[in-house]
Amino acid sequence: MASSIETFGLTKRFGSFTALDHLNLKVEGSKCVGFLGPNGAGKTTTLKLLTDMIFPTEGGCRINGVSVQDDRKRALADAGVLIESPEIYPSLTPNEALGMVADLRGLAASDRRDRIRTVLGEVKMSDWADQKVGRMSKGMKQRINIASALVHDPAVLLLDEPSTGLDPRGMAEVRAIVRDLKQSHRLIFMSSHILSEVVDVCDEVALIDKGKLLFYDTLENVTARFANGHSTVDVLLARPITPEDVARRVTPLPSVAGVQQLDPKRLRVRFTGGLDGQEHLVEALVGLHLGVVSVAESESALEEIYLSQISRGD
Amino acid sequence: MASATVDAPAGRLQVPGSMQQVLKLTRYQLREYIRSRRFVALAAIVLVIGAILTAVVAHFRGAVISTNLAYYGTFWGGGVVFVIVLAAVFFGGDAIAGEFQNKTGYFLMGLPMRRATVYVGKFIAAFVASVAMMLLFLAILVGNGAYYFGVNLLPWQIWLSLVLALLYLAAVLGATFLFSSLFKVSAYGFVLTALLFLIGFSLIQDVVTMLVKIEPWMIISYADSTIGEVFSTNVLWGLTGTVTQSTIGMGPHAVTTTTYTAGVGEGIVIMLVYLVVTAAAGLWLFEREEFT
Ligand SMILES: Nc1ncnc2c1ncn2[C@@H]1O[C@H](COP(=O)(O)OP(=O)(O)OP(=O)(O)O)[C@@H](O)[C@H]1O
Ligand SMILES: [Mg+2]
Repeated sequence: MASSIETFGLTKRFGSFTALDHLNLKVEGSKCVGFLGPNGAGKTTTLKLLTDMIFPTEGGCRINGVSVQDDRKRALADAGVLIESPEIYPSLTPNEALGMVADLRGLAASDRRDRIRTVLGEVKMSDWADQKVGRMSKGMKQRINIASALVHDPAVLLLDEPSTGLDPRGMAEVRAIVRDLKQSHRLIFMSSHILSEVVDVCDEVALIDKGKLLFYDTLENVTARFANGHSTVDVLLARPITPEDVARRVTPLPSVAGVQQLDPKRLRVRFTGGLDGQEHLVEALVGLHLGVVSVAESESALEEIYLSQISRGD
Repeated sequence: MASATVDAPAGRLQVPGSMQQVLKLTRYQLREYIRSRRFVALAAIVLVIGAILTAVVAHFRGAVISTNLAYYGTFWGGGVVFVIVLAAVFFGGDAIAGEFQNKTGYFLMGLPMRRATVYVGKFIAAFVASVAMMLLFLAILVGNGAYYFGVNLLPWQIWLSLVLALLYLAAVLGATFLFSSLFKVSAYGFVLTALLFLIGFSLIQDVVTMLVKIEPWMIISYADSTIGEVFSTNVLWGLTGTVTQSTIGMGPHAVTTTTYTAGVGEGIVIMLVYLVVTAAAGLWLFEREEFT
């Protein structure tokens, strides 16, 4: 059976304030879903409802077909959870903390040592395996938290901003871990504020704002739908180019819909025609001998969609 | 390419039964008590209390230890109640609130366990740790008792008294856990337990006795006297208490005080009711507590 996360009419009110408003979402298969939304949108609220840390005012949710509200034990049996950087008992070492998790989760005793060593290796904490967690930095603790969500090799992962507090290398490592998990048929549901991270590892995105789901779709569909058939690339030049040259030589190129000069040596080019359009554009650009040194897909595509969708709600 | 890997075989994970999880959690919690030095700290306090007691007994000798029954009734009966309350405060005062305040509960809540499992696991751990303190205190008393009366004179009542003390401990811990799950700040649980059991309940008991003039059967501390009472020569076993009236002074200025003493059966019932009610209420609360 494919892994799944499902919410139906999931609603949470705190007093008269509605933090989550009738969320209907069905996520299924082996993939990574990015859960986006501004501060206070209701992401953590959703993840806490999904793990029975808080209770819905209305509606409910299921993990792998099991109602979280009716049977948290069975629903969470094959899920790994990391929500809001929890604290591990400070007197424990990573080895002991993960040992406790593995034990309570019922990982066979014979597998425990290997699994713990593996996940501590994955989060690059092997050298700290026997140091007290209480003396660790925030980022180090977060790495242990990630390890403890992975130790039983769960089919479903619920991660709330997993790269919070991590250094750039740590963030890259988290991406690598998530990519690996996807390859081994896991379902990952991950909230994040880092759009480049989402573009990098997620197959699908869900965007919520003020407790309401704005859309849930594949990354390509979202980009295509909101860009009106436009794509964007960032072009880096070896030599500065004047605005006149841009207007005279770049803008008229076939399939170009608009050019924005980010700085004297960087251009953001919007174009039509998908991959074919991009091929023609790059060939034409190189043909101009402007000193093109790189053409990269703009990471801002999702950002633009994000900003346009969020501001619409204001 | 992604399809080259297959799902791990089903059944690689067998989440333990709830009872097993309770015991595992109990073990980890006990380790935590030892790691956090709470265990050692309270053991040191009990040893100090034991030392003071030993000195007092040695100093007054005949006056306070006319018989072995009187000795155990006074020193064990009086002392263990205090040890129990201290243990409850140390091991139970922040058991639930601390999980919220320190955010360690968020770690546990991600695991496939019923909420009751967490509550009961921590309760048993607190109980076991407290029993260790009680036994340490008992050892000191029996040591003294053996010195003055010989080992053969360990009265049989001590075993009954121990059972009553265990029951009282369970009832006090039940209340402590209930207080602890009422708050999300650890300090409140500590303070409320200590205040109520060290001062509050006996104060209420006095008020009920003197002003309302009824038997204070609804107060848990009324039952704790049975722990020492069983050593008395005219012990009451029944389900009802006795009233003693004593008059001080004479004529119009005479003051009559009324003292109620719980029967042993009555004490057991009171303690059982407190245990069941507080445990049920605490569990009910914790089942509904949100980790916001
Ligand atoms: N216990 C609570 N009581 C009252 N309001 C709450 C509570 N918890 C959350 N909220 C409100 O619910 C809304 C959603 O919060 P939530 O933590 O889910 O946001 P988020 O999307 O995770 O934001 P962030 O990106 O900042 O983590 C916020 O407006 C928040 O103020
Ligand atoms: Mg959040």
